[in-house]
Amino acid sequence: MNVRILLLLLWPVAASAQGFAGLGTSTDGFATPERPAVFDFSVDHGPHPDYRIEWWYLTANLQDDDGTHYGLQWTLFRTALTPDGGDGWSSPQLWMGHAAVTTPIDHYVTERLARGGIGQAGVTTAPFEAWIDDWQLSGPDFDNLNMTASGPEFAYDMDLIALGDIVFHGDDGYSVKSADGQASYYYSQPFYTIEGMLTLPDGDVHVTGNAWLDREWSSQPLSENQTGWDWFSLSLDDGKLMGFRLRQDDGSYYTSATWITLDGETTAYADGAFQAEPQGYSNVNGRQIPTQWNVRLDERGVDLDVYALNPNSWMETSVPYWEGPILVEGSHTGVGYLEMTGYE
Amino acid sequence: MTKAGLQALLSHWLRNPMQLFTLIVGLSLATALWSGVQAVNAEARASYDAAAQTLGEGQLAQITSADGAIPQSDYIRLRRAGWLVSPVVEGRLDGARLIGLDPLTSPSGMAPMGVRDESLSTDVLIGGVLFATQETFDRLKDHDVTRIVTPDAAPNVIITDVGTAQRLLGLESTLSRLLVAPEQPVVQTPISEVTPTLTLRAPQDVSDVGRLTDSFHLNLTAFGLLSFAVGIFIVHGAIGLAFEQRRPVIRTLRALGFPLHRLIALIAIELLVLSLVAGVIGIGLGYIVAAALLPDVAATISGLYGESVSGTLQLRPEWWLSGLMIAVGGTCMAAAASLFQLARMPLLASARPRAWAMQSGKGRLYQAVLAVVLLILAVFLGAVGNGLAAGFGMLAALLIGAALALPVILDRILAFGASRARSVMAEWFWADTRQQLPGLSLALMALLLAMAANVGVSTMVSSFRLTFTGFLDQRLASEFYVYADDADQAAALQTYLTPRVDQVLPIQFANQNVRDLPSEIYGPTAHSTYRENWLFLQATSEAWAQIEAGEGAAINEQLARRADIAIGDEITLAGEPFPVLGIYGDYGNPIGQVIVTETAFNRLFPEIRPLRFGVRMDTANVPALADALRDDFGLEDANMVNQAGIKAFSLSVFDRTFTVTGALNVLTLAVAGFAILMSLLTLATMRLPQLAPVWAQGLTRAQLGRIEIIRAVLLALLTTVLALPLGLALAWTLLAVVNVEAFGWRLPMFLFPMDYARLAIFAVAAAVLAALWPARKLAKTRPSDLLKVFSNER
Repeated sequence: MNVRILLLLLWPVAASAQGFAGLGTSTDGFATPERPAVFDFSVDHGPHPDYRIEWWYLTANLQDDDGTHYGLQWTLFRTALTPDGGDGWSSPQLWMGHAAVTTPIDHYVTERLARGGIGQAGVTTAPFEAWIDDWQLSGPDFDNLNMTASGPEFAYDMDLIALGDIVFHGDDGYSVKSADGQASYYYSQPFYTIEGMLTLPDGDVHVTGNAWLDREWSSQPLSENQTGWDWFSLSLDDGKLMGFRLRQDDGSYYTSATWITLDGETTAYADGAFQAEPQGYSNVNGRQIPTQWNVRLDERGVDLDVYALNPNSWMETSVPYWEGPILVEGSHTGVGYLEMTGYE
Repeated sequence: MTKAGLQALLSHWLRNPMQLFTLIVGLSLATALWSGVQAVNAEARASYDAAAQTLGEGQLAQITSADGAIPQSDYIRLRRAGWLVSPVVEGRLDGARLIGLDPLTSPSGMAPMGVRDESLSTDVLIGGVLFATQETFDRLKDHDVTRIVTPDAAPNVIITDVGTAQRLLGLESTLSRLLVAPEQPVVQTPISEVTPTLTLRAPQDVSDVGRLTDSFHLNLTAFGLLSFAVGIFIVHGAIGLAFEQRRPVIRTLRALGFPLHRLIALIAIELLVLSLVAGVIGIGLGYIVAAALLPDVAATISGLYGESVSGTLQLRPEWWLSGLMIAVGGTCMAAAASLFQLARMPLLASARPRAWAMQSGKGRLYQAVLAVVLLILAVFLGAVGNGLAAGFGMLAALLIGAALALPVILDRILAFGASRARSVMAEWFWADTRQQLPGLSLALMALLLAMAANVGVSTMVSSFRLTFTGFLDQRLASEFYVYADDADQAAALQTYLTPRVDQVLPIQFANQNVRDLPSEIYGPTAHSTYRENWLFLQATSEAWAQIEAGEGAAINEQLARRADIAIGDEITLAGEPFPVLGIYGDYGNPIGQVIVTETAFNRLFPEIRPLRFGVRMDTANVPALADALRDDFGLEDANMVNQAGIKAFSLSVFDRTFTVTGALNVLTLAVAGFAILMSLLTLATMRLPQLAPVWAQGLTRAQLGRIEIIRAVLLALLTTVLALPLGLALAWTLLAVVNVEAFGWRLPMFLFPMDYARLAIFAVAAAVLAALWPARKLAKTRPSDLLKVFSNER
């Protein structure tokens, strides 16, 4: 989903190559995604420690009783330092959580890090529970979840119910990330309705909306020539669209998209079908970040103007990136989430 | 013109190399003592800072348990309840302090040395990597882990990952304490609901270590300043003399039209250069002093406070710069009066060499008034002052006041001697001594201060040692101490020991805050050992009986003073109120302590089982029991401590303290001796006009020389006698004012007449040594030189 996050999760290994000779960045020993993708639920909702990187990535577009828009993020990343290893503190599994709440004015972010093997973070499948510290995404099954997170300035407590089935990206869940063939396993649950309470500095806010959960795991970083990533998840009147644009250092792009009908049928679009062009920039934390976009998927007649609810949706985490709710106008109307990485 | 003026001024030093030597050596010695002490302080502070940064002590709140061990499951429970805490595992590895941290959760800025950044790698987290200085690694055995030399690490501290620390220390699934991040999430479950046995301790503004060691360093700094003051007396004397002697040159230069401001500028530049040269030499000497003292200071501090100080010295700018500044500043101070005088001197002022620094009767009166004011200020500060600053202010006022009073008092004594003189010779002796007093007074003041410091500090150290020895006898009443590794072994140990010895006394304690101050609660068994050996500073009449009946508690003096608790006040332990029935001395302990009887302790802290035991038995059987415990029971040698061993160790710590202060004492006395030597040498050449008539009337040169020595002995003896009460006042201030403010307890003062007598002999010997050369010079003065006095009226 996110180049920089990928790099971040691989970063301990990259650092070790510099710091300690003998531990190269080779992926030897880790499993790699293979075609055809075969999933086994609910086991595959859980962790795959033999792959280097994995995440449970949830974003939600919310409105309060007055109609004000909010965005919410809950993410759990897993990375493995080595393909196999000990348990307890010696476990090579590391976990990282990001949580954020975006209002039209403010953007609250917080981060957690944890060692695997000691119970501080992890994912179990029956019943489903993904947690890091006091944050959790849990429920009797993947379709009925409760989600909590808290930081120094905010907290939230949300209930989620899935109104549709899981959808698979790329080739039945085998999602190619570059012309060189790097790929990941990638499925989503875009049909959650969500309701709950945001605790913000000004008080509690009751909100409702819809949420989108991404599951992805892999072992390989993207191509070395890929410098950043613009990823869109859009909930439109007549369907949902996931599309991303990988920026390459020669100025070209690699794009991929999935169109999801309201009853859950998917169409995958290969490189070039999905188009995203910046239309306006904001100065965010000293960087020029595109916060207005034109997004097109001509084969579906999609031609959208997309703009950020709050241009300052900057994630000031270990490795910073932009992630926030967006509003959509044009051929369709709707809401969605945008993630942009690699804007230095 | 400037060049000619400079040549004229500098030629003075060429003609008087001894004066130049005095000036430079005096200033160098003063700077050396000051910068040496500062170097030791800077080194020790850097070590504490590194340690504090490593441990987050003082800056972060911490979660601790009563018995010092936190189950890892409690850590997870707290994290899952929303508490941003980070685990710390701590223990000893080959004598070094091993600290395990979790780089992922430790609060930012906590783990030094880049553990958090570039080195965060597979090896650190799961491989086993230790970070420490090379010095620390050199003492470490091979533990099959990667070592990364980290020069910034605190001395004798090894940092590693929490998992590696658990493995090396054999503490599986156990943590020592938890650091609490300064910023916490908005939603949290209270600690008391998550882990009721754990306690949250607020961050301390200043760590206990800092507060305690501060007092040690303040003592050292006071010593450094004192030495510097002594040195400045010398410099003041040398500069004043140089000005007096150069008056004819200055007069001639000015008469020839040399502008006054340029003259003053030249002299100022000359002094600046001299002070810089002396400052650099002094810093070099200071480095040597510091390097010699540092190992002892390091040993003292680690023994007293358990803090490690690096034994190697680094050239830190903060002390060598301050050394230079003080050399230049001191010279300015010493020269200011002379330069001022020069600026106001009439053009053709008499160039006759007056006895230098001779004070008018009016000047002496001012000095006497100032001395009295300062002494009154000292008494006032002692009576109503509060805090360490007042204590040191009192010390300063006392010392300066006494030094200023010295010439006045000596003058009165000599006048009294003269009035009782029976012979012409005696009368001349008294009068001549009085005549010399102004010239010698600066040197004598230096001797007074050095002597007083000697008396004061040695009284303090010896009182400390005596009190501490007695205290050790009280506290280490048991003949033998054993430690168990866990509760099972403790129970087995108790069963094993009980039939073999007179009495097994469990030593159990819990960590708890009493009135918000970190404290240890002890629950000793009711036994005559405690009744007989623990003496109270204040107590109700039946204190032990009441405590044994569970009716109250005893607390240490630190807790009583810091929390302002008096006999009869109530304190709360684990929610239960206890009246305070006794207050006992607890020397060297940084934190509060409370004693309740064993039954009350077990009721308050049912989860704590004693792991340590005091064993009452026949001393002669201790070695046999230790062998039996090792061979039959399988107890490690490290778990057994012979009482004699603890005492010897504790006393060796104090003797090291004594080494440091002893060395400084010798140095200050040497500086004072040097001051006397230089004053006498300068006076000798100037006094020929006064001695020549006496010689002409039949006194031999040898007799004159002997009289010089007798005079030196007399003055030194008088000064020493006056120094004794001053030294005792100094000691009293250190023990009863400074110590209470710094440590929280007052030490009883003991007198050591033999020590003082020995010091007096040293002082007189120093004076005789200093007088020997001038006297010999006088005895060897050519008669023609003496005759010249009559023929050569200037």
